[in-house]
Amino acid sequence: MHALVAVDLHVIWQQVFHPHSVFFRTLWATVYISVVAQAAGVLLGLLAALARVSRFAPLRWISGVYVWIFRGTPVLVQIFYVYFAFSWPTLHFGFWTIPDAAIAGIVALSINEGAYMREIIRAGIDSVDKGQMEAAKSVGMTYGKAMRRIILPQAARVIVPPLGNEFNNMMKTTSLVYTIGVFEMFAYAEQNYSQFFIADYFLAIAVWYLLLTTIWTFIQAYIERRLAVSERGEELSFRERLQAAWNPMTSWARGGGG
Amino acid sequence: MSDTVLHAVDVHKRFGRLWVLKGVSLEVTKGETVCIIGPSGSGKTTFIRCINHLEKIDGGQIEVNGRFIGYRRRNGELVEDSERNIARQRTKIGMVFQRFNLFPHKTALENVTEAPIHVLGLPKKDAIDKAKVLLTRVGLADKFDTYPGKLSGGQQQRVAIARALAMEPALMLFDEPTSALDPEVTGEVLSVMEELALAGTTMIVVTHEMGFARRAADRVMMMDDGLIIEEGTPEHFFLSPEHERTKQFLSKIL
Repeated sequence: MHALVAVDLHVIWQQVFHPHSVFFRTLWATVYISVVAQAAGVLLGLLAALARVSRFAPLRWISGVYVWIFRGTPVLVQIFYVYFAFSWPTLHFGFWTIPDAAIAGIVALSINEGAYMREIIRAGIDSVDKGQMEAAKSVGMTYGKAMRRIILPQAARVIVPPLGNEFNNMMKTTSLVYTIGVFEMFAYAEQNYSQFFIADYFLAIAVWYLLLTTIWTFIQAYIERRLAVSERGEELSFRERLQAAWNPMTSWARGGGG
Repeated sequence: MSDTVLHAVDVHKRFGRLWVLKGVSLEVTKGETVCIIGPSGSGKTTFIRCINHLEKIDGGQIEVNGRFIGYRRRNGELVEDSERNIARQRTKIGMVFQRFNLFPHKTALENVTEAPIHVLGLPKKDAIDKAKVLLTRVGLADKFDTYPGKLSGGQQQRVAIARALAMEPALMLFDEPTSALDPEVTGEVLSVMEELALAGTTMIVVTHEMGFARRAADRVMMMDDGLIIEEGTPEHFFLSPEHERTKQFLSKIL
């Protein structure tokens, strides 16, 4: 029988502090897949949100069907379908290669993410007082310019905190693309495990995911602070932002939005 | 060309089954200050919102500086104008809202320079110089870099007036500009408006401030139930209002 506490400190130490160079390739894969998929997801979500608040009914319907389908089906199913239903190219940028599976994974993850981002961005747009659009129009702005210069910058303050959570999720969800053969962090752990049957490879990889999400918490706090000239004219300090990120209740209690 | 700035004829407006404007006509000439008074629900706010096409009208026509607002003629019929044209016409019509509607993510100065720079395409430096002059004129020379959240209601409304003036509009619309203000700060906003009226700004003011009407208005319009029921000089309204509804209304607010 194995010991109850099956932690092999040597493996953990090794994997966390002295990982194999191959590991860094998989770490990089996880990072670039999450960043690109999230960025594309935000863009898709923005387009879908603008379609949702559009005056043209067909755009609103398309946006609705999009969210309905991609929030209503498992992301794993979407990843498999996107990968196997289409043929994807392998891209080369100098000595950096993005395999076809990674591209399929990015596409599937961003489409899925866009459906969630649409709701977040729409809530952000809705949170901006209706008088803002009227004021912008009254000084001669078109709808598009008013959106860009007046509405969306104000909506951003409401959008960024949940967007940060989405990205946190995204970094962890990328582990699913291992199933279509992308060699990323989880695949690396899985490969080691199936070679040595030591579960601590998974524990070590968990530490790495934790490191990524923790770094992100700091970056998010910084971004929010930059955006945080609140309507009451007060700014939250970096430290307060960070506290809010770790304890969401405090940020709600502040009514950070409106 | 005549001096007519606003030429509104037989304006009708419905919200669903509610008939808000039942044929309002109004002519305003250059330099005039016209006050519109009347009980709430009489359609006065809706009427001035129609003037810059924040509301579409269902009948009649509105011209500002001899141009249709929101509509253009096509084959003898009036059709709604393109968004770009409507936006361009609005640059000539300033609007001051009851609830200020300043851009909260921009400083007082940026609120004023925003449209001159990004709508009219004015060089940034010129826009800033002009904004500083305007903010000084409304008594906010020390608040250039303050965000609206840190300003009092009266100060916010004065920034809003400067923001509208920065476009050098041919016509200024005021939609109950002091109704959301504490009584002790209404004076500072009204005195700015009086100065504007005195300086020959063409303005239409929806207000309950009869004191302001008496001091600044050339003409007063009394609206009730979607129609202008009585018009005259401020003195006429104070001394000898004719319509029964006007007498009732004035006795309540004076």
